[in-house]
Amino acid sequence: MGNILSVLIALVFVMGIGVPLLYPVFKKKLGWLLSSIPLLIFIVLIAELIRLPGREAAILESSWSMFEGLDFSFRLDGLSLIFGLLISGIGFLVLLYASYYMSKYDRQGHFFTYLMLFMGAMTGLVFSDNLIALFIFWELTSVASFFLIGFDHHQEKSRQASLQALLITAFGGLSLLFAVILTGHIAGTYRISELLEQSIHLGNHPHYYLILNMVLIAAFTKSAQFPVHFWLPGAMQAPTPVSAYLHSATMVNAGVFLLLRLYPLLGGTILWKYALILTGGITMFLGAFFSMGQRDFKRILAFTTISALGTMVLLIGIDTGSSLKAALVFFIVHGLYKGGLFMIAGIVDKSTGTRDIYQLSGLYKSMPYTTAAAFLAIISMAGLPPMLGFIGKELIYEAKLQLPEISWIVLPLGVGANIMMVAVSITVFVELFLPSKKHMAQTLIKYKEKELPYSFLLGPIVLAILGLALGLAPHILENAIANGLFFMRSHTTDAKLSLWHGFNDVLLLSIFTILCGVLVFVIRKPVTKFISRIISLLDRYHLPTLFANMINYYLYLAAKNTRRIQHGYHRFYLITFFLVAIGLIALQLVRINTVELLPSSFSPIKTHVVLLLFVSSLSVIFAVVAKTRLSAILAMGLLGYGIGMLYLFYGAVDLAITQFLVETIIMVIFVMVIYYLPKFAVMSSKLSRIRDAIISLVVGAFVTLVIIESELIKPESPISSFYVENAYIEAKGRNIINTILIDFRALDTLGEMVVITMAAAGVFSLFRFQIKRLKQKEGADKSDGSSDIIS
Amino acid sequence: MELVIAIFIGLLFACGVYLILRRSIVKVILGIFVLSNATNLIIFLAGGIRSEQIPFIAEGEQTLDPALINDPVAQVLVLKAIVIGLGIAAYILALKYRYFQVTGTHDLDLLKNTDQR
Repeated sequence: MGNILSVLIALVFVMGIGVPLLYPVFKKKLGWLLSSIPLLIFIVLIAELIRLPGREAAILESSWSMFEGLDFSFRLDGLSLIFGLLISGIGFLVLLYASYYMSKYDRQGHFFTYLMLFMGAMTGLVFSDNLIALFIFWELTSVASFFLIGFDHHQEKSRQASLQALLITAFGGLSLLFAVILTGHIAGTYRISELLEQSIHLGNHPHYYLILNMVLIAAFTKSAQFPVHFWLPGAMQAPTPVSAYLHSATMVNAGVFLLLRLYPLLGGTILWKYALILTGGITMFLGAFFSMGQRDFKRILAFTTISALGTMVLLIGIDTGSSLKAALVFFIVHGLYKGGLFMIAGIVDKSTGTRDIYQLSGLYKSMPYTTAAAFLAIISMAGLPPMLGFIGKELIYEAKLQLPEISWIVLPLGVGANIMMVAVSITVFVELFLPSKKHMAQTLIKYKEKELPYSFLLGPIVLAILGLALGLAPHILENAIANGLFFMRSHTTDAKLSLWHGFNDVLLLSIFTILCGVLVFVIRKPVTKFISRIISLLDRYHLPTLFANMINYYLYLAAKNTRRIQHGYHRFYLITFFLVAIGLIALQLVRINTVELLPSSFSPIKTHVVLLLFVSSLSVIFAVVAKTRLSAILAMGLLGYGIGMLYLFYGAVDLAITQFLVETIIMVIFVMVIYYLPKFAVMSSKLSRIRDAIISLVVGAFVTLVIIESELIKPESPISSFYVENAYIEAKGRNIINTILIDFRALDTLGEMVVITMAAAGVFSLFRFQIKRLKQKEGADKSDGSSDIIS
Repeated sequence: MELVIAIFIGLLFACGVYLILRRSIVKVILGIFVLSNATNLIIFLAGGIRSEQIPFIAEGEQTLDPALINDPVAQVLVLKAIVIGLGIAAYILALKYRYFQVTGTHDLDLLKNTDQR
């Protein structure tokens, strides 16, 4: 078989990226062209399904390595085959569907690019044999779904929903990365096939709980489990083909896939069981319960998806062979009916302009085929025979009954959820398609079904027929399920599927569920009222709003803190810096605690030097308090010459000469520039001047302390004796300072010259710019006579 | 004597810090000059002020006893610092000149924005 899987997945990505080139050529036919790729994948997978061995090893693909440890290798087994079939099959139908649905939209090219990337990421995710690659595809699905949900980006709702979906699922993705790296580190390999073959279970590892929690966060955020379920109803802002795809086979099912995939590594412990059962159970019930209170068809479907995802998570958590089997079957069931129903919602929306089920009625007259497809899909959702949904529901009840210790809580939740599911299914069908006495006016139909293209109606019809066919002949799936279960170490579980299980308590439970569901349908008015009441009561805890508020508050805090720290006041930055420096120095001085103010090693005091320092001190103090610029600069010059004199007293002749020269040049420049500089002005208040004075005195005192302290630290043998001894012998110079500068450390001096040159170039360019501006200004003055304030 | 010079340096630092905490940019520049002079003095002091002899090797001699003079490396470092200080001073003054021309203010508190108004 060669590398066919890698090639196919690469093809999806290449075509997705190539859409901008293809779109101008194919225009409206692009959807048709693109749909051939998932069809191809689907056919390949069907071929694999036929030759798939029941309980044997997976078909492994060779791989190509990108980096060390990251090889995009793909594998095929029962589990990934089931997911892959749904992804490619529904992907094919969705692309056909979208090619008509999107034909009125702008930016169709963008749409198909995102959709193909999404499809490629999802296919890669399920076939990936490497945990790191799995993570990459996982994040790619989040990113692609962000673009798809926010496709109508001119609507604020859309943007908000896509941002929420991204933040939540990408957060889960990050925790998946942690889990993946930890797992790979512990097990020594990132290859999923190797992990499975070695029968590694991390249950006894000290980091097990960390890994498990991370994986659960990832799966629950992706699969919209309570309490982060709220991004999924928001995600219906996406165009309907996207919703159909996202709910039925991709995205939200990735979390379920992850749990199934990692089940052999992590599953079966107490925490695993209870976390999944609790979360799944709550999600299952709440999703079904709240679906009844909605009016929007798509929203109803979104809530039933949440319920279905909860059911799958719960089944994985029950952790018996038959519950895993039920989860796999239910995934297929759900994919088939949910994909179809979303497409029907899109058809209804297109042809009538609304999705409110209470405004529509009697659609069966104008759209008979759609009604038939909807009927089949809805009885599959309700779990009635002879659909595959019935088998799925029977298996679920069977699995739930297997746990006597927790079935008292799981069973009522499950039965309750299913009752609501039955009720909502009947309600939707009756309200939408059957004639109603309440509505005197027939619903306005914009497009009759006959006018709609064949490809638009194909999806729901094919999916409905598939659901029926698989319900009648479920043994087609047995091979794949058996193989999938084999890789989840449920070697002994019977993978047999049949419509008729015999007369047992599961069947009784089903009949009870259906009867109750019909009862709820009959009294649906008070029930919906009651649920809407609860929803409005919960409005204060409206999770999307709370989440949005949380994000906004976070941003607000960040902005506030940034403003507080980055306030833009130069002097307060400096004050902060000085205070921190003083604090650290004080800490260190206290720690060593040996400040000696008058060490005996100090040289004797010389009166003329003290006098010089006194004069210099006076001049610098005068410079600080000077009222005019010129006097301040003169005082500064006096200080500079004083320091030069000090150098001279201690034998540093070269220093003194340089200091005198430099000080003179600076004075000259200053006086040259001073004409252009503003006059001195007292800007700060008296209080802040006192504060600054205190800070600067403290800084000065600490500097003095540090100097005295460091005076005591003398290196044993300073490097300078080498220069002194070799100045004449090596460099043939009698001035030691000069030989160091231009012989021993000539490169340093070269660097210094570069610095000076750069400074000169900087000064030059600053003034040159100025000259240009002046010339421009002269030109401007001549033209309009006005003067430029800036220059 | 070291103590007196250390106190002098402390005073220079106090004045320099006070000056660079001003709002007027001219004073800030003066403060930078004072601080750079003070820092040079610290390095000079670190080289020792025990001797007053010039670090020259006398005519006819081959070498000099290192103990007789102050550490020449410290002096070399200060010399470079003074020269580079000149470069910085010239550049700061030119920048300041341009800055005042462009913005028309010398109040640093008004200079909080990177955008032109």
